[in-house]
Amino acid sequence: MTYITKPQLHHPQLKTNALGYTRRDYEGSVSTLCAGCGHDSISSAIIQACFELDLPPHRVAKLSGIGCSSKTPDYFLGNSHGFNTVHGRMPSVLTGANLANRDLIYLGVSGDGDSASIGLGQFAHSIRRGVNMLYIVENNGVYGLTKGQFSATSDKGSKSKKGVINHDAGIDLVSLALQMGATFVARSFSGDKTQLVPLIKAALSHKGAAFIDCISPCVQFNNHAGSTKSYDYVREHNEAVNRMDLVPARETITIDYAPGETVPVAQHDGSVLHLHKLAEHYDPSDRVGALAYLQSRQALGEIVTGLLFLDPEARDLHENLGTVDAPLNTLSERELVPGAQALARLNAALR
Amino acid sequence: MPLEALNDFVVKFANVNGSGSASANSMFAKAILRMGVPVAARNIFPSNIQGLPTWFEVRITEAGHLGRRGGVDLMVAMNPQTWDRDVAEIEPGGYLFYDSTKPLPPSKFRNDITVVGVPLTAMCNAAYQLPRERQLFKNIIYVGALAALLDIEIGVIEQLLAEQFAGKDRLITANVAALHMGRDYVQEHLQKLRLRVRRADKVGDRIFVEGNSAAALGAVYGGATVCAWYPITPSTSLAEAFTGYCDDLRIDPETGKARYAIVQAEDEIASIGVVVGAGWNGARAFTATSGPGVSLMTEFIGLSYFAEIPAVIFDVQRGGPSTGMPTRTQQADLLAAAYAGHGDTKHPLLLPSDPGECFEMGALAFDLADRLQTTVFVMLDLDIGMNEWLTKPFEWDDNRKLDRGKVLGYDELEAGVEFGRYLEVDGDGIPYRTYPGAHPTKGGYFTRGTSRNPYARYSEEGSIYVGNMERLLRKFDTARHLVPAPVRRDAPRQAREGVIYFGSSTPAVHEALETLEHSGLHLDALRVRGFPFADEIFAFIAAHDRVFVIEQNRDAQLRTLLINEGDIDPSRLTAVLHYDGTPITARFIADAVQRLMSDRRTVPEAAE
Repeated sequence: MTYITKPQLHHPQLKTNALGYTRRDYEGSVSTLCAGCGHDSISSAIIQACFELDLPPHRVAKLSGIGCSSKTPDYFLGNSHGFNTVHGRMPSVLTGANLANRDLIYLGVSGDGDSASIGLGQFAHSIRRGVNMLYIVENNGVYGLTKGQFSATSDKGSKSKKGVINHDAGIDLVSLALQMGATFVARSFSGDKTQLVPLIKAALSHKGAAFIDCISPCVQFNNHAGSTKSYDYVREHNEAVNRMDLVPARETITIDYAPGETVPVAQHDGSVLHLHKLAEHYDPSDRVGALAYLQSRQALGEIVTGLLFLDPEARDLHENLGTVDAPLNTLSERELVPGAQALARLNAALR
Repeated sequence: MPLEALNDFVVKFANVNGSGSASANSMFAKAILRMGVPVAARNIFPSNIQGLPTWFEVRITEAGHLGRRGGVDLMVAMNPQTWDRDVAEIEPGGYLFYDSTKPLPPSKFRNDITVVGVPLTAMCNAAYQLPRERQLFKNIIYVGALAALLDIEIGVIEQLLAEQFAGKDRLITANVAALHMGRDYVQEHLQKLRLRVRRADKVGDRIFVEGNSAAALGAVYGGATVCAWYPITPSTSLAEAFTGYCDDLRIDPETGKARYAIVQAEDEIASIGVVVGAGWNGARAFTATSGPGVSLMTEFIGLSYFAEIPAVIFDVQRGGPSTGMPTRTQQADLLAAAYAGHGDTKHPLLLPSDPGECFEMGALAFDLADRLQTTVFVMLDLDIGMNEWLTKPFEWDDNRKLDRGKVLGYDELEAGVEFGRYLEVDGDGIPYRTYPGAHPTKGGYFTRGTSRNPYARYSEEGSIYVGNMERLLRKFDTARHLVPAPVRRDAPRQAREGVIYFGSSTPAVHEALETLEHSGLHLDALRVRGFPFADEIFAFIAAHDRVFVIEQNRDAQLRTLLINEGDIDPSRLTAVLHYDGTPITARFIADAVQRLMSDRRTVPEAAE
């Protein structure tokens, strides 16, 4: 449906954010996905999060791989540069882009086929390097564009639309991200915007490898009885461990929580996460505990959602490499080319 | 009759990998260089860290022939595993130097060579207690012995030892003592050989350096800031040299921070992915790899071609196909690189012939990648990449600017310049691009590997697709004028036949041409330095009855590329191929060309 140009008209009193942008300024082309697709809800949550965070849209670089989910960056942040790369390889391209200009915000959008099958290696390595990014997997457990094959995140025993039972073990990207050292790990559901939008906001504010596994039902191929990624199944088995608000760095904290109900967590950039505990003993600062909890709940068929792990003191790849503060793509001859004199010294050492 | 030669002979060291011989052998070569006599030195090594045979061949050549000659005049046989073949390789009248500690039966030698024995093991065992010392000093002892046998100035080697172990006086003293031990033994017990080194002034200001190191330095001068790589022989030392040079030359003096980012990626696919991401975002980026890596990278190379993203790949070629001969040299990735990717693709190649050109083309590649917005290959091979070559000193013009190509910045966008990412504007096939984040409302676009219109919007419209593909061809034609021009070397008299060659074959070809000239066979020569091919190359082919295309692969890949791109009648191009994994030699080329030329001359007579 890209031949349909999105109308530019909008309500004159549309709310603007601190930068004077309306929510519409964060939108993109008209989606070409199926009506009711979970991915469109995630795009909408991204738009909402960027609008509420007052991010200059053009300072976000959005990268994706191949598949339904990877098409979505066309449908939000229309003034941003986007890059629809090759299948399963978005993480390496994002890593390179991030190295070139550390000042932009990097949003990697991928799917379960893109990240858990062909791209499992790049997914894991981009996270273990601590690339400063938000990596979202729009996880529907199925190959949509090629019409309904199981993906690697399909749960064992899950039934396909054609009635086939999946006999392979499913890959849990959240557990993998935790093992690979991700410093912000969350899971959410495309149908729960109140949970998802603050998570995206917090992840975009996080300096380090932030990962959100977002269950996003495929209305065409994976929304039937017997599927563990359908709207009904996820609603019935969703177990949120916490709720969260994010207060950006520059805002004064106005919400007054009763003590004991919430835990404030300050991030590198000065933003503060206010965590409302739902599961009694869940501690999102404990990586090992998080892994154990996820395993135990998964064994019961439950889908644990919320902020699962956060290291507010995370380091990113640039810190590890000790790169200069200026983006590498702004350095000129003066900073990069050592010149004839240095060459004369090198020549002398080679005789 | 023992061979007699002054400043013109070949010494080959047969060693065991991991025995510490490499640095001693390299010192031997460098000492001769310091005496003003050119050398060509080549490692012939296995895919192994310890235990397998390894060789080091030094050609002493006052005449300056830097290719491999073929044949061995003096074999330094330090490896019992390869004794028989090493002895067999010596030229009639040549010399064999060996460790005479353990007596060998006469059947192990040859009657037509001169045998020189030094009891190296016995000398080491008497002088040293530690096994590692015995092993390492043995190498220095034989260098001392060879110096005395060949008339190499011992003071020059002492100076090299002093430089190598600067600040570690104890090591200098110990090494000099070992060196003297070898020299003294020869002076007391043996006679000098008839192979002699004599001080000359034929080295000039040339430097002695590996192509990988030179290419890495080229990347520094070319403004590369991002390097992503995966270890693979024979390219590993390129990325490592880049790391070393950056540490030396690219640290911000005020903050101590790095003006570069190097990532050792998880594989070659991720390496080129990082490069493409960085190139998309306006940083100069490269990877270094070899044939198997190029195979893995082809999908991204196709993306770089179609989405028009700058990237630089240094392909240090080794023996293929598959894992092939990882530590042997070939020029067998030409076709894989030129046409990498599915669909209709082609990519510029730069073909350096020595480390000096590795530096120049290493820097140039980044200007071309930015200018052409595509992947540019620099095609080294193991011979240039991993051997130290005598080459002209690196040069740089401080007025030179990095050519960032056609980039619209904030000011141009703000001024309202029309922007279409894939829009033909200047008639050269090269569109304008913007860097992400350049302007709040203008210049943003969506990059993709799918077909799109000039304004970067998805389109499967046939005419739009074809228009874009035709523009890419125009861009490739623009590249033809930007890659390094061929270098012509005409015969002293008019020649009906010619040779075309490239890369590491160059010095051997030049020497072979001299040999052929002495036999009255004259050929014009053209060295190809870039792809797409310049018109001059096709004019050269048209101007000669027959052209020999000399290259180091089985399938005559340069010849194939010439036939394909220039629509050349295949019968006009005769392949001369050397692909056993060792560097091509002047003798091989001269013999092959001479045979082919005489064959042709006899054929019409036979038919009559």
